[in-house]
Amino acid sequence: MLDQTIDLDRTFQALADKSRRTMVERLTLGPASVSELAAPLAMSLAAVLQHVQVLESCGLVKTEKVGRTRTCRMERAAMSAAEQWITDRRRGWEARLDRLGDVLNEVATTEERP
Amino acid sequence: MTLSTAVHDTFVIERTYDAPVALVFEAWADPTLKARWFVGSREALGAGYDLDFRVGGREAFRGGPPGGTVHTYESRFHDIVPEQRIVYTYEMYADEARISVSVATVEFHGEGAVTRLVLTEQGVFLDDHDTAAQREEGTRSLLESLAASLRGDDS
Repeated sequence: MLDQTIDLDRTFQALADKSRRTMVERLTLGPASVSELAAPLAMSLAAVLQHVQVLESCGLVKTEKVGRTRTCRMERAAMSAAEQWITDRRRGWEARLDRLGDVLNEVATTEERP
Repeated sequence: MTLSTAVHDTFVIERTYDAPVALVFEAWADPTLKARWFVGSREALGAGYDLDFRVGGREAFRGGPPGGTVHTYESRFHDIVPEQRIVYTYEMYADEARISVSVATVEFHGEGAVTRLVLTEQGVFLDDHDTAAQREEGTRSLLESLAASLRGDDS
């Protein structure tokens, strides 16, 4: 819980900047290179890269460098969807195995009766 | 360029039941009994739920809220050792999109009047089907939370 809080603080901090919000909005449409992210912004590539590093450090964005191009993509929402699924699967099984216990008790009770 | 991701996970759940192993195994093998706990309704058998319990046989469940996403579960049995072990694989779909593929192993340990059951599931979650939408939604909610916190709603 504590880690999540810290993470959320960093995420909010990362998003408390108009340029970085513009980049995030662009990345929700799909991956983009640093220069594509820079295109609508009046700033240098170096400055854009610094913003990308802030977004990456809080886990909101993942980047990968292939050759001379650094590609950025959204990360956080996809991960939480995956984590949610894994939690749901486990919880689903816990509930199902509880019901199995109930059914076994019912069957055992019925069979014991003459 | 794709947005596909694959997330792997393994979990193990152990339960001990106050029932002999023959009965616990029967609850996995008999379609009527299994529908009662697996789906939670004995009426589900033949109405969304089907079980063909044999090696190579299939099990399927399809359901969801009216007008909402239809969730489909489709499994196939690979190994069955009566009162000892069941190994099956299964896929989950949200409408037409495959969202996960899993291998599940159920081990039965008969210990007199009680049975210890160990369920191990190893799965891969595939989220390349509606990732963009999920991401957009996730990001939007983050941005809304941010806006709320900046307005001081949260403090």
